[in-house]
Amino acid sequence: MLSSLAGVLFDGFAYGMLLFLLSVGLTVTLGMMNFVNLAHCSFAAVGGYCTVSVVNRLGWNFLAALPIAFAVGALVAVLLERTLFRRLYRRSDLDQCLFTIGIAFMSIAAFAWFYSTEPQSARVPSYLVGSFQLMGRNFVVYRLFLMLMGLAITAALVLALERTRFGAQVRAAVDNQRMARGLGIDVDRAFMITFALGGGLAALGGALAIEVIGLESTLPLSVILVYVLIVVAVGGLGSIRGSLVAAIVLGITDTAGKYYFPWLGAFLIYLVMVALLMWRPLGLFGKR
Amino acid sequence: MANAKFHPLEYAFWACTLLPFVLAPNYLSLASQIAITALFALSLDLILGYAGIVSLGHAAFFGVGAYAAGLIAKHYWTEPLSGMLVAAAAAGVLGYALSHIVVRFRHLALIMLTLGFGLLLAEAANSASDLTGGADGLQGFHVPGVLGFKFDMFGRTAYAYALAVLFVAFLVARRIIHSPFGLALRGIRENATRMPAIGAPSLAHLRKAYTMAAVMAGAAGAVLTHTTSTVSLEVLSFGRSADVLVMLILGGAGRLYGGLVGAIIYMVARDQFSGVNPQYWYFWIGLLLVAVVLLLPNGILGGLSALRKKPR
Repeated sequence: MLSSLAGVLFDGFAYGMLLFLLSVGLTVTLGMMNFVNLAHCSFAAVGGYCTVSVVNRLGWNFLAALPIAFAVGALVAVLLERTLFRRLYRRSDLDQCLFTIGIAFMSIAAFAWFYSTEPQSARVPSYLVGSFQLMGRNFVVYRLFLMLMGLAITAALVLALERTRFGAQVRAAVDNQRMARGLGIDVDRAFMITFALGGGLAALGGALAIEVIGLESTLPLSVILVYVLIVVAVGGLGSIRGSLVAAIVLGITDTAGKYYFPWLGAFLIYLVMVALLMWRPLGLFGKR
Repeated sequence: MANAKFHPLEYAFWACTLLPFVLAPNYLSLASQIAITALFALSLDLILGYAGIVSLGHAAFFGVGAYAAGLIAKHYWTEPLSGMLVAAAAAGVLGYALSHIVVRFRHLALIMLTLGFGLLLAEAANSASDLTGGADGLQGFHVPGVLGFKFDMFGRTAYAYALAVLFVAFLVARRIIHSPFGLALRGIRENATRMPAIGAPSLAHLRKAYTMAAVMAGAAGAVLTHTTSTVSLEVLSFGRSADVLVMLILGGAGRLYGGLVGAIIYMVARDQFSGVNPQYWYFWIGLLLVAVVLLLPNGILGGLSALRKKPR
């Protein structure tokens, strides 16, 4: 059991980084505007399908498709925010939930229309395929790539949020929106850019996830959405550090659960989430 | 209370529920599905429309009722009415236990907790396949009939049974809503901190409402089990929780007929459209949901009554 621990930790950590990428945008937008966006995983699907198109139809390299997925995800996110979502900021949680579920439903049908309901895949370059040996154990190369990508993006995000003027504005808006407005911070603009960033990161996560979890048209309302919501709720609204911790813990727990207690299914994860939320309704690192 | 008397339109509505017997005898099984779903939507309306508790996991109670009724019919007795009462009571016990947790939370934590409890129960039912049959569903029992009437292949008895249970539950819900307790619930929905000041204990009231809704949802699940003589994991699924929420919002939450009208429109539309190409059905339901939230915040019934109140 112990000998497999390294492998489980490695895979779990890589999975956690993927979950973090998928959920970090929602963490910030939910924390900032209290907007319950259940269509967040639609952005991930946009990124995934965008990558499939670019790689399979245009024949581009997988790595070159990633920035395109990010850009398209960000663009779609901004368009939706400007035209539809912003009308609902002052509405109840229930209205927001239902509206975004409606968007997710429509996106599922749209993906099925353009790409069929068959699972899709995108070819990754040969140097990302296969596994390597370290201390007598096998590790999947793609997972290492996932981990490095995740760490690099996390570092960039943390730097951007803690060292730049825009980051300070976003943090101020999350902490106290009214005060931030009073100080002359353009919260609307900060929100729009954050929303774009969040959508883009989700799309990037969706693109990277094809190789791990596959890509089907039902992704927007799949178990991945539940996991993303768990990361956001358990980590705490608006807390990037909280999301990172929650995502890694969730990734490792899920992988370990599947490896050691397969008969339990996702039971363990839901149980831990419910217990944590009952103990701290605002999440582990939630402030308000 | 002035509006506690039956409005003529209400008589007309309930008279219309008898029409499928005559006009659409081939669609009676759909009609009983609608009656069951309408009962389920009515139970959600009690907590969501009247008490303001958002729930993404209401199927938990429906599923517990369905499985309890199935287990009773399989291992103990097949008389449906008593089986339904016991199954509804089982759902009520679960609802009462969960109500102590659920009513304390708001916003995202509430949504996630109700979702979490629903998923937890679905996973538990899936894992405990010795008891529930797991993914194959609970089979191997047959409910012969109700009150001496056999369940026939056209679904006449099944629809009559489902409709009768719906009607009785509706009368109970109507009585609750028009009681001082129901008024207090609406007060709590509008302002939960002010109500205790005028003598309505918010949390205790919410717990009661939550338990009642659980009982009603359990009864709906039990009727489904009795009329189909099988229970699948789908009764506990997130899809069922989401569907009933959509129906209620479509019809109009916080109105007794909202869930009923929503269930009729949703189920008939799904029956008609999803036969053609099931995956695109989601597009239309999504569009409908978006339109209702943006344009008709009080649902179809809310829109109709606003239309009627406008000066002519």
